[in-house]
Amino acid sequence: MIKIKNLCVSVGDFHLEDVTLDVQQGEYFIVLGPTGAGKTVLLETIAGLYRAQSGEIWLNGRDVASLEPEKRGIGFVYQDYVLFPHLSVIDNITFGLKQRGKSRKEAEAEAGWTIQLLGLSSLLNRKIDTLSGGEKQKVALARALAIKPKVLLLDEPLSALDPETREKVQQELREIRNKLNQTIIHVTHDFEEAVALGERIAVLGDGHIMQVGTAEEIFCQPKSEFVARFAMTRNIFAGEVRDGEAECAFVNIGVTLIEAVTNLRGHRHASVRPEDILISTQPFISSARNSFKGTITDVFSKGSTIYLTINVPPDFICLVTRRSFEDMELREGGKVYVTFKASAVNVF
Amino acid sequence: MKRKNISAIFKNKLTLTFVILGVVILLFILVPLLTMVFSSHPGELFDLLLHDKVVINAIWLTIYTALISTAVGLILGVPLAYVLARYDFPGKKIIEAVVDLPIVVPHTGAGIALLFVFGKNFFGGKVFNSLGIGFVDAVPGIVIAMMFVSIPFLVNAAKDGFKRIDPRLEKVARTLGATPRQTFFNVTLPLAWRSILSGSLMMWARGVSEFGAVVIITYYPMIASTLVYQRFETQGLDAARNVAVLLILACLIIFVALRYISQRGEKA
Repeated sequence: MIKIKNLCVSVGDFHLEDVTLDVQQGEYFIVLGPTGAGKTVLLETIAGLYRAQSGEIWLNGRDVASLEPEKRGIGFVYQDYVLFPHLSVIDNITFGLKQRGKSRKEAEAEAGWTIQLLGLSSLLNRKIDTLSGGEKQKVALARALAIKPKVLLLDEPLSALDPETREKVQQELREIRNKLNQTIIHVTHDFEEAVALGERIAVLGDGHIMQVGTAEEIFCQPKSEFVARFAMTRNIFAGEVRDGEAECAFVNIGVTLIEAVTNLRGHRHASVRPEDILISTQPFISSARNSFKGTITDVFSKGSTIYLTINVPPDFICLVTRRSFEDMELREGGKVYVTFKASAVNVF
Repeated sequence: MKRKNISAIFKNKLTLTFVILGVVILLFILVPLLTMVFSSHPGELFDLLLHDKVVINAIWLTIYTALISTAVGLILGVPLAYVLARYDFPGKKIIEAVVDLPIVVPHTGAGIALLFVFGKNFFGGKVFNSLGIGFVDAVPGIVIAMMFVSIPFLVNAAKDGFKRIDPRLEKVARTLGATPRQTFFNVTLPLAWRSILSGSLMMWARGVSEFGAVVIITYYPMIASTLVYQRFETQGLDAARNVAVLLILACLIIFVALRYISQRGEKA
């Protein structure tokens, strides 16, 4: 459907190097990366607003890399909507159709379905500066969808919205994708947003694609420290991996030896997600292969959940609910046991 | 930013000083103009308007030559303003300085310089002469003199207007299927037109008030400022004043009307 091969772009301080992506028809594809990773440049290059130095962009079997943006048929929605301030809502939505030589009447009839889909019929004659953020977002989506784009590119579409509206728009984006079988490439810096919406996620860092995979793969099996950190895996250790008992391997992370399930050997990284670590005040027998005694050195409350730093050593960051925290009478300086399965250790 | 109300001005000594200094400069502008206008006799002005064809012709000539020079300035200057607003390139600062050059060149000097290109025996003059257009002592000479001294006002205003437009509006238009030309005429220009209009107004007003550059190239037919000078030299202060007052009133009426129209557009 859309295939990007070895794309290199350099715009000002932003450089994309050797970006290769393959997005299927009807797929909701997320590009995840921190601010400054070159996400917007990537989208703008796909849309034809920047010319790539090298590489190919295949759209429905045609290399569009040298095509002008108006000939590509790619919809674009910017984070802060970028609606035409001199036009009404309806004129914004029908803008694309009118540029294709459609009369006002034809354009309005043809855009009717997007207005229906996004529930905009009561806003059509409003001026842009009288709309709320959520309304502007809908108009921007309707404007992009009205030209029946082959791909819809969304640049941080939820970042400027309040949490409540964000959830609604998220639902709408899912509907657009499901009802229209619309191919969507959505860039964001928000991991939770990526997991909530994306069928597959590409992690972009420093101009490179670091990893492509399902949310699960990115979440549980990050292949690099960068991805692991970005996926909020708090516990990342560098260490030597060597053969262990049975199918397990030992990872020597300094003074502590942890067990992991992996075929990798040598100098590697190991990560454990905070929510995969069990906390207990007494040692207990279980199938989990890793259990260590440590001291609580820091307590960081995030409302209903609490992050604990437990020095074994090294420091493990663990997640408990406020309820368990209180029931177990945990406190700074207290002795606890951290327990996790060998299969919860991701080695990369 | 919240604006302070008027009573707050008088509580702050610094602001009060600023206000007093401001009043001085306002009086400096207004007192001579108002004194001149009110020292004239409406009867004489009407008499002049009805019977002195030379005065009417000069005022009319001034207004429409300034209009033509603004129109030519729009066609040639707005594209340059767009390029300066949108692109960065080596030598851009130099080009911007060139645009501002007419503001610093003494206007009689500008007139002389123009003669070196558009004079009868010079290259530009010969080329245009073959097309039947002469500049010296002719209407086109007035137009180029006005254009030379007033074009910076339009180009700079239009450039600022274009700069204020988010380039992503143009990018979105392109992704929606608009060609560069459609994008310019359907997005960029409608969003910048107010700046361009106010720049045009400034250019036109600056053209109307020009004397030095015009008088070098075209003494006859006489524009109003040349006529004011000529009457001052030959008939004295009062005669010059009457022409000056009529010119000022005519310009004020047009200027205020256009301002009103453009600001009404802003509110709509």
